[in-house]
Amino acid sequence: MTSERGAVEFRAVRKNYGGFTAVPHLDLKIAPGQLVTLLGPSGCGKTTTLRMLAGLETPSAGAILIGGQDVTRLPANRRDVTMVFQSYALFPHMSVIDNIAYGLESGGMKPAASRLAAGQGLELVGLSGLGDRLPSELSGGQQQRVAVARALVLEPQVLLLDEPLSNLDARLRRRVRTEIRELQQRLGFTAVYVTHDQDEALAVSDRIVVMKDGRIAQDGTPRELYEAPASEFIADFIGEANVVDCEVLGLAEDQALVVVGGARLTLPSRGIRPGPARLAVRPNAFRVEPGNGEEGDGGLEGRVASAAYQGDRIEYEIDGPAGRLFVIDGRSSVPLGVGSPVRLQFRGGGVALIA
Amino acid sequence: MNADNRRLDLILAGAVLCLLVLPWYKIRSGFFGFGWIGDMLARPDLWPGAFQAAAGRWQLWPVLLLVAAVAGLRLTAPSGAARGRWLVRLGVLGLAWLVVEGLSVGTRGWNWGLLERLLGEVAGQPAFGAGAVMLGLFFACLISFGAAERGALKGDAFVLTAIVLLILLVAVFVFYPILSIFTGAFQDFDGSFTAQGVRRNIGDPKIWSLSCLTGGGPCGVAWRTLFLALCTASATTVLGLAFALVATRTRFPFKRGLRLLTVLPIITPPFVVGLALTMLLGRSGTLTQLIEAATGLELGRWLYGLTGIWLAQVLSFTPIAFLVLIGVVEGVSPAMEEASQTLRAGRWRTFRKVSLPLMAPGLANAFLIGFIESMADFGNPLVLGGSGGVLSTEIFFSVVGAQNDPSRAAVLAAVLLFFTLSAFLAQRLWLSGRSFATVGGKGDGGRHALLPARVAAPVIGLVALWSLFTVIVYAMILFGGFVKLWGLDHTLTLDHYIRAFGISLDGGLRWTGVAWNSFWTTMTIALIAAPLTAGVGLLTGWLIARQRFPGKAAFEFALMMSFAIPGTVIGISYIMAFNLPPIQMTGTALILVACFVFRNMPVGVRGGVAAMAQLDTSLDEASLTLGANSGRTLRRVILPLLRPAILAALVYSFVRAITSISAVIFLVSAKYNMATAYIVGLVENGQYGVAIAYSSVLIVVMVAVIGIFQLLVGERRLRRPAASEAAA
Ligand SMILES: Nc1ncnc2c1ncn2[C@@H]1O[C@H](COP(=O)(O)OP(=O)(O)O)[C@@H](O)[C@H]1O
Ligand SMILES: [Mg+2]
Repeated sequence: MTSERGAVEFRAVRKNYGGFTAVPHLDLKIAPGQLVTLLGPSGCGKTTTLRMLAGLETPSAGAILIGGQDVTRLPANRRDVTMVFQSYALFPHMSVIDNIAYGLESGGMKPAASRLAAGQGLELVGLSGLGDRLPSELSGGQQQRVAVARALVLEPQVLLLDEPLSNLDARLRRRVRTEIRELQQRLGFTAVYVTHDQDEALAVSDRIVVMKDGRIAQDGTPRELYEAPASEFIADFIGEANVVDCEVLGLAEDQALVVVGGARLTLPSRGIRPGPARLAVRPNAFRVEPGNGEEGDGGLEGRVASAAYQGDRIEYEIDGPAGRLFVIDGRSSVPLGVGSPVRLQFRGGGVALIA
Repeated sequence: MNADNRRLDLILAGAVLCLLVLPWYKIRSGFFGFGWIGDMLARPDLWPGAFQAAAGRWQLWPVLLLVAAVAGLRLTAPSGAARGRWLVRLGVLGLAWLVVEGLSVGTRGWNWGLLERLLGEVAGQPAFGAGAVMLGLFFACLISFGAAERGALKGDAFVLTAIVLLILLVAVFVFYPILSIFTGAFQDFDGSFTAQGVRRNIGDPKIWSLSCLTGGGPCGVAWRTLFLALCTASATTVLGLAFALVATRTRFPFKRGLRLLTVLPIITPPFVVGLALTMLLGRSGTLTQLIEAATGLELGRWLYGLTGIWLAQVLSFTPIAFLVLIGVVEGVSPAMEEASQTLRAGRWRTFRKVSLPLMAPGLANAFLIGFIESMADFGNPLVLGGSGGVLSTEIFFSVVGAQNDPSRAAVLAAVLLFFTLSAFLAQRLWLSGRSFATVGGKGDGGRHALLPARVAAPVIGLVALWSLFTVIVYAMILFGGFVKLWGLDHTLTLDHYIRAFGISLDGGLRWTGVAWNSFWTTMTIALIAAPLTAGVGLLTGWLIARQRFPGKAAFEFALMMSFAIPGTVIGISYIMAFNLPPIQMTGTALILVACFVFRNMPVGVRGGVAAMAQLDTSLDEASLTLGANSGRTLRRVILPLLRPAILAALVYSFVRAITSISAVIFLVSAKYNMATAYIVGLVENGQYGVAIAYSSVLIVVMVAVIGIFQLLVGERRLRRPAASEAAA
């Protein structure tokens, strides 16, 4: 698989900056045509990883392969990858069309041909007619699209994007990310996308690689990550989660019987042995019912500590035997009063055992 | 065939070609005359390296051997880390051999008696010529290409080659000359070692005597120079601060005019102020005559000596202090002053307790700059020195004229160098990181508090007075060229201009003026030197700002240090280093160009680093990921965005090449005479009128050329001008 055009592989890659190790050991394979997100908190080594793939940093150890070819020592300008920078890095003294043609001409294309191709690139991102402007004469969203077009006209094996939307406002961000995803699926190139925004990652990715302190914390499809987080860190980072103590009573094949408060649940065991364990519970995993203060079957008892009306939903903080829980009720429209007893029923889904 | 092999083939072919075609040794009549091509076969001294070696110059055999070894390596080994290591080794060996061979065999055989006794006699050889220089470059490229094959700096051959060549050039044109001063001090006329000259000079009371303190005669020249530098630095700092305060914190009406003052020292040849002072306050100066007529006193020759030099230096260097301090004064965040005022402090208390302490490091910096400038000044002491010179002029007089005592020059140069380098080191080590001045960004609103009245009044008075003085001095310069005989006969005349710049039209156009010769030389050399200086300086700035390589900090430090080497020391070091083989350049235009390039380069470096700091690195990286190599990135992305810095570097190096005198006066020759040296000659002959006329023309020409440069380099177009937008 890794010898195909667009396949990427990191083999035991390490990166030190002086005495500081930004990425201690990275093994990662990316299949051709996928959009893979590197997700993680600031400073976890996402940009470093991306820059090593681009050839802007040299790994201290290990090897990087693109399309089956070892490119570890190949300088950036001889690699078949392009990059969309966080700041866009459009050349401020060149017109939009010259910016897009720049890479084509670097590769030896004749000016006339390159301008033609650049025009097509501009059309691809829906900006035909703005070719003669300078970057400073474009809006933020337009600049972003020029940056994408400039990277795409070279038809790279892999497109790299480093937080490409972080300079846009929230509304635009949503639109542009959909556009990028559509382009990627239409043209079928491999893309590596760095972001620290989990919403963005969930929305665009085929696969998400969550990083922490330079290591891969978990790697899977957006659904896998959301529904079966491997650790508390992932559970909290991908969507919010409450972490609750529980007891695993027994195992049947790959299912575990779990008791939490007054509720009994059957969940994928994920290799966890009987005994005390922990659950990651999404805020929307409960049905919120007015309680009577008694321990009933099939639920958790608690009292409302705070309630915030949000229009389409109500956000509660609820104190109970399991500690304070963050709960979202998307059904009722009248919040329960602070201090009143509630019963939280599991709706099924949104719960996973974690290590 | 990969890029590693391609570029290696290229330089190998070049090296072989140079060995077979280019004369190895220096050609007396000049390489670029190309007259040598015809005589080549007949005259063995014109033969290329390969033939020289065949004819028995065994010192060239290792060079051929090394080239052959590289060719063998290219044919047998694949490109990669292992071959890279060998290329580096061969390159280092080659350069080392050229140095050893060049330094040990001179025109008359061995340079050192010891070698002759050990190895027997050897035929003398002339200085390196085109062939040898090209082979040196070949070996330097081997080092960088080898390093690139080993993967250093991400295998970027362009950057590596730039670094290696720069280090080589700086070593040859900055450090080798400085070293030659010290070796020159310990050599006799025949080149043998002797410490006699140094011993005689190092304890010379003319240098070190302190008897002026006890009243027993004049002090030594070292102490007088130090004293002068301290006085000049104090005065320029105080005046510069006064100007800066007036420009930023008063309601003084002529602030724009003040800023104009800062341009003056850049376009004024350094001795011109001294000249104008002579015309104003000298024995038959205008002001002297007025005062003598009014009071009946005999003023005499008070101007000639330290007092006069001091006055001229303060006039010349106050604008520089102003330039430094205006940044400092503006850099004090208004928020601090406003905070102080809200804490019940009045304007005076705020100024004394907050503003002034915040400016202290900046003041120290301005002081050190004034100190170094004064130490290095040569033009004013030459014109006004009279009997009591300073170190820079003493150095000059110890090599020209009757004395001709190189070891004395070397000792004096060492003393001068010690003073200026100490000041430079103090500035770098002690002051760096101590600047409190916090340049307010956008978020930092507020306005600077006005000066308290009790400070404002005297400061404005001082500034107004001094500005008036400056204006009079410059008026003198422009006016002086139009009167018959200054101080005696004030009838208006164009005689001086005609004498200097006359043109005769009968029998075709003839440049009859006495100044034309040196004028055209100056223009040519300045025009050659300016782009080279800007290029080398900005390239270095780019390397320092954008590339990480081992030894970078040391490299940058050494470069900046070369700025603190006074011109006089450079001049003397160049004639000591480049007068004899292996590198012989005295009397050529090349030595002048080299001197300008390496003397003015640090300013280009600084400008380049500062400008590069404002360009986001992602621009370079974007270009790289789009498939451009670093050469193309530099050409297409960085350079166009650096236009303002390029313009500044071009203008600065051009203007400095025209106005400088201290180093130039050692290096000019009958064939290549420079304007400043010629003007000093006029002054020495008492032809003040012509000298002043020539100086005024220079100033006007410089202003014009600055304008032309501005047009040529053009604007950096990042935004469409408003007019075309309206039309669109
Ligand atoms: N050039 C550098 N020199 C030293 N440390 C660096 C450099 N670049 C990044 N780092 C460090 O490496 C770590 C990872 O950085 P980065 O990859 O930029 O994180 P992310 O993009 O995930 O926010 C950080 O701790 C950062 O401080
Ligand atoms: Mg980052």
